[in-house]
Amino acid sequence: MFGAGGGTVSYEEIETTDLIIMWGSNAREAHPIFFHHALTGVRNGAKMISVDPRRSQTAKFADLWLGLNVGTDIALANGVGKCILDNNLQNDEFIAHSTQNLEAYRESIDEWTLARTAAVTGLPEYAIAELAEAYATAPTAQICWTLGITEHHTGAENVMALCNLSLLTGHVGRYGSGLVPVRGQNNVQGGGDMGALPNKLTGFQDVTDNKIRAKFEAAWDCTIPAEPGLHLTLMFEAMERGELTTVFCIGENPADSEADINHARKVLEGLDMLVVQDIFLTRTAELADVVLPASAGWAETEGTVTNSERRVQRSRKALEPPGDAKDDLEIINMIADRMSPGWGNPSAGDMWEEVRAVSPMHGGMSWERLEEHGGLQWPCPTIDHPGTLFLHGWLWEPDLAGRDPAPFTVNEWRPHVDQVDDYYPLLMTTGRVLDSYNTGVQSDGYNSPIRSGETLDMNPTDAANLGVETGSRVEVSSRRATIDMTIRVQPDLPVGLTFTTYHFADTTDTNQLTIEAWDKKSGTAEFKATAINVEPKVNVSNA
Amino acid sequence: MPEIAVTDARGTEAERNAVADSIAIQSPGLITFDAIGPALLFDGDRVARSGAERIFNRRHLLLPVLHALRDAIGHISQGGVNEIAQALQIPPAEVFGVASFYELFTFEAAGADDIVRVCDDTACRISGALALSSELAADGRVVHASPCLGLCEQAPAVFVQRTGEQHVSVRSATKAKVDEALAGTMTTPVPPVPQDRADLTLLARVHDPLAVDYDGYVARDGYQALAKAVSMTPVEVIAHVSDAGLTGRGGAGFPTGFKWSAVAGEDGPRHLVVNADESEPGTFKDRVLIEHDPYSLIEAMTIAGYALGAEQGWIYIRGEYPEATRSLKSAIAEARSKGLLGDDVGGYGFCFDIEVRLGAGAYICGEETALLNSIEGYRGEPRNKPPFPTTSGLFGRPTAINNVETMVNVNQIMMLGGDAFAKLGEGRSTGTKLFCLSGHVQRPGVYEVTYGATLGELLDLAGGVVGNMKSILMGGAAGSFIGPDMLDVPLTIEASRENGFSLGSGVVMVLNDTVDFDDFVARIAQFFGDESCGQCVPCRVGTVRQSESLLRIRDKGARVEEERVMLDDFAKVMADASICGLGHTASGAILSAFDLGLIGGSQ
Repeated sequence: MFGAGGGTVSYEEIETTDLIIMWGSNAREAHPIFFHHALTGVRNGAKMISVDPRRSQTAKFADLWLGLNVGTDIALANGVGKCILDNNLQNDEFIAHSTQNLEAYRESIDEWTLARTAAVTGLPEYAIAELAEAYATAPTAQICWTLGITEHHTGAENVMALCNLSLLTGHVGRYGSGLVPVRGQNNVQGGGDMGALPNKLTGFQDVTDNKIRAKFEAAWDCTIPAEPGLHLTLMFEAMERGELTTVFCIGENPADSEADINHARKVLEGLDMLVVQDIFLTRTAELADVVLPASAGWAETEGTVTNSERRVQRSRKALEPPGDAKDDLEIINMIADRMSPGWGNPSAGDMWEEVRAVSPMHGGMSWERLEEHGGLQWPCPTIDHPGTLFLHGWLWEPDLAGRDPAPFTVNEWRPHVDQVDDYYPLLMTTGRVLDSYNTGVQSDGYNSPIRSGETLDMNPTDAANLGVETGSRVEVSSRRATIDMTIRVQPDLPVGLTFTTYHFADTTDTNQLTIEAWDKKSGTAEFKATAINVEPKVNVSNA
Repeated sequence: MPEIAVTDARGTEAERNAVADSIAIQSPGLITFDAIGPALLFDGDRVARSGAERIFNRRHLLLPVLHALRDAIGHISQGGVNEIAQALQIPPAEVFGVASFYELFTFEAAGADDIVRVCDDTACRISGALALSSELAADGRVVHASPCLGLCEQAPAVFVQRTGEQHVSVRSATKAKVDEALAGTMTTPVPPVPQDRADLTLLARVHDPLAVDYDGYVARDGYQALAKAVSMTPVEVIAHVSDAGLTGRGGAGFPTGFKWSAVAGEDGPRHLVVNADESEPGTFKDRVLIEHDPYSLIEAMTIAGYALGAEQGWIYIRGEYPEATRSLKSAIAEARSKGLLGDDVGGYGFCFDIEVRLGAGAYICGEETALLNSIEGYRGEPRNKPPFPTTSGLFGRPTAINNVETMVNVNQIMMLGGDAFAKLGEGRSTGTKLFCLSGHVQRPGVYEVTYGATLGELLDLAGGVVGNMKSILMGGAAGSFIGPDMLDVPLTIEASRENGFSLGSGVVMVLNDTVDFDDFVARIAQFFGDESCGQCVPCRVGTVRQSESLLRIRDKGARVEEERVMLDDFAKVMADASICGLGHTASGAILSAFDLGLIGGSQ
């Protein structure tokens, strides 16, 4: 089904594709392994276009960088779509055969002329046209995105707008062309695939589907709720209402990573019971009633991981966890055994056999085969199936393999929620740097020569207007809070846009500033757009 | 800024302008790249163009830009490195890595506009270079010791590297002459021709002051060889070169026709590169040809371009040849203005042009693949072969690389025909050869003889030896010492080899009994230690150990027999396991000096 949560192409395909569009992805810093494959593609002659409000490290490798205004991706995507149609560059045969709903789409983007798109995105018209032509005429092309697309209150629609472009041009479902949501952690894909989602059971199977639920209830000998549960953002709302009173938090640090962090921390503090299972005493763990020290996933545990090309690989234990820390699986088994005596201590291998039994897309992935082949890409339903290189090949089959044509969708552009005004005249966007990992739990435990601590990066013109320079201490306020930060002058930012990370929450609690405005479909908050005011700190001794 | 910034230093206005100007102008000789201006181009602050292809097309500008920066401000500054890094989108560490490879680039302001580089190598060392050096330094000048400057026949030689002014070579240098050069009042007399002009072909126009410009060249049979070449097919031209038995005159002696056939047989685009890096101590023939008969090289290259189907020619000339460079560039510009370089050469219907690139002081850049890397904008480190330049050379394209003297022979071959050319000389040593006579001879200079003349006859042409001859260094630092018993050996590739030495680039440096051989040979060892590019352990370590050994003998009276045991060991490792010819030949001359009993004179 179109839209299933996984990259549609394989890493090997990006090495021979003709065009790579990094749209809201700073893969150079945030996905360095994947970026190696992209660079191989560039060395083999691929063109790269980067669409990003700032000229990131990834953009520096690109043939063309387009610095659109924050939160105008739907506008740009719609403008590109209209430009393709106006210039008759669409793939008529593919559209007729494999898609539906073109007319509704065409009508919805009719207002997105080059002039209007340019006005909203801040890009010159020729640049928009160049992007459109490059994508439509490339023999093979991939659009890669990550949080630059999803960390908006219109995140899900941003993705759908990009999917429309792939349907317009036939750049999906065939070798070398596709859509690549590059996953953040090495196993965030796997986490979702195993069913750590409120609406999906293992193998991305819908909990609302009666047949699916029945299968799992039989396998697990229990009753499963028929309605989806709460995702993280809904959980916080439920905590605030006092409906959710007990939380078991495994390997997540919401006390640092949530938007509008002061609010989030208050809510967590109000819980009746908070249990945290993690490798370090994080800020969330400090709030907990019980802390269960766990194992480091990449070295101290046995199992599998799944990456952005849907490849499931074996992960092997190399060390014992230190002190009293235990394997994550063992901890869960110990709790389960107390809740349901006789549960025992099933191994990762035992668990995996059960996964294969209930999840068709993992069906053929025995541990032996995973080892033999260096990993297999789902769907891999049977023991002799080689795994699946790219998804949605059915779009190109004569009868669409019995499925319905993939639909174009209508996506309205809405500006980001936290708008600048006279009181908060600068826009702050957040992102990640190569060396650090989100709130730093997995990366701050060791030294690195390129980790320099937190700064608020600012364009030289803005810095000059404020009378600050690299190293100046400033007070940064949003509509929610004020924190102190250090300035770094960064010529690669457009005027009016500042940038920071939240890797150093101990010293710079960036998420106090960010807004919780979240996407109703995905639950992700709009980390990418916060209106701020910056004031140089007055040195008391000079006052 | 590129990712890892060494510092935040920005260039001064002078530095920024020097960098920007040098990449803004499309050189008329460079026709194979459609790339001028910076590698990173902004349109406002929302659109930028960069990317792999754009950056790749500009990487070769790195060495010319470094020259431009250095010539503008006198050294390579931190801010200048960062400006270059920005303009060409090369990481600053890499810009620094390339700049630091070359002897002529320094990183601190010298404290003066002029750096006086005094050659203290072989021929100049025995002609008073060290005393001259002390004299100049005592006078407050900034003096650096230099390896061989290719002016051995007019030793001692000084290269004055200036800031904001043209560089200058001072020949037969004295302190007074150096001062004149700096004041702009020095004159360089044209030396008399030592041989009877009637006997000469390659040197026929050299030292004839009337032959240096285009009209003079044409009046003396210039461009007739090209006319002959285009009256045949390219394949026929190459056949003549093969039939002539022409072999490389740079020292390696590879058959030229074979090389050209290989390149012509590959798909285009193809490149022709002329190696004018001439840095083998004792060698100066190419310099003389370029200074005094530049058109012969241009014409020969044009013929080669036609024969190979190569539209782009390059001349890589060492940075210490300022007069030769000026003479060459002037001749190329004039040839272009006469339609003899460019889109339709001479109306003959093919396209060929020549781009001149300067080295910056690195002997290893005379190795063909190191030279290619240097042009491409990388450190001048030799490549592993295969692949050979004929299949993958400059920018990965099929490339013919030839020495200057080898090239100008092509004009002769066109005029005589391949078979007639092959009748000159002896056996496989066909045609005439240029020999560089220096050291203790009456009339040092470039001499042209037909292959087969004896060493004794050559010395007679040069007026005989000065003093009691002890030894002759044949082939330069990469060659070997021979004794006075070799005067009857015919100068051919085969006969020399039979007698245990090689003609190499044609160096014949005569050394009498006033030479301190411990010091002379230690200087050769030091030369290789300095010039090793460093990329492979056998040469990087071996040349240094060798140098230390010779210095122990010279300075500490170390025992020759003991040192010889170690030297044999180093020699074996370097010969067996070095990547390139520098490592392979670094011990030859030194061991031959031991064999002749020249070392340990104080023992």
